[in-house]
Amino acid sequence: MLGTVFTYIGYVLLVIGCFFMFVSAVGIVRMPDIYNRLQAGTKASTLGAMCTIMGVGFLHPDWWIKCFLLTLFILMTNPLSSSVLARASLKSGVEPYKLVIDECEEYYKTEEEK
Amino acid sequence: MTLIDVIVVLIGVSLFTAFIRFLKGPTASDRVMALDFMTVVAVALMVVLSYIFDRAIYLDVAMIYALIGFVGTVVVARYFEGGL
Repeated sequence: MLGTVFTYIGYVLLVIGCFFMFVSAVGIVRMPDIYNRLQAGTKASTLGAMCTIMGVGFLHPDWWIKCFLLTLFILMTNPLSSSVLARASLKSGVEPYKLVIDECEEYYKTEEEK
Repeated sequence: MTLIDVIVVLIGVSLFTAFIRFLKGPTASDRVMALDFMTVVAVALMVVLSYIFDRAIYLDVAMIYALIGFVGTVVVARYFEGGL
């Protein structure tokens, strides 16, 4: 009885996860500049990968500790790498799309410009 | 064609869609971002494949691959910043 419930929960989580990963991939292709692409490709893909891995953990309950560790690792590292990459592309001079006001202009000046 | 086959095909389609951005990307940051996304999707694909083939060793491979992809992204971002 409990195994059947776990199987249903696992399949629902797998479907939700692969749907969010597909939406994230479409966002990566369709968005106009690097910052929009980063936020489309990180938030949705983090949720999608976490749902998929936890779904496999529900389908095969012997492996749930490894799946939980992998989920925790993706939850900690994926937003961090996105943030580092956004800061690096802003510092290396990639212009945002339709920029109106730049709040970070003072903060990211190089040493010679100050 | 069962449900798990549909899931694997959908994950594969999203990998291929991100590879289009990896080929097109105007700046180098776009390519690194597409590669990071492909790493996360490939980790999820490896976990699903480990359920299909019933091998627990693929989970360890997925964990090491996630670690290497994260470190690679951070190092390349530091290189763009000029701190390396």
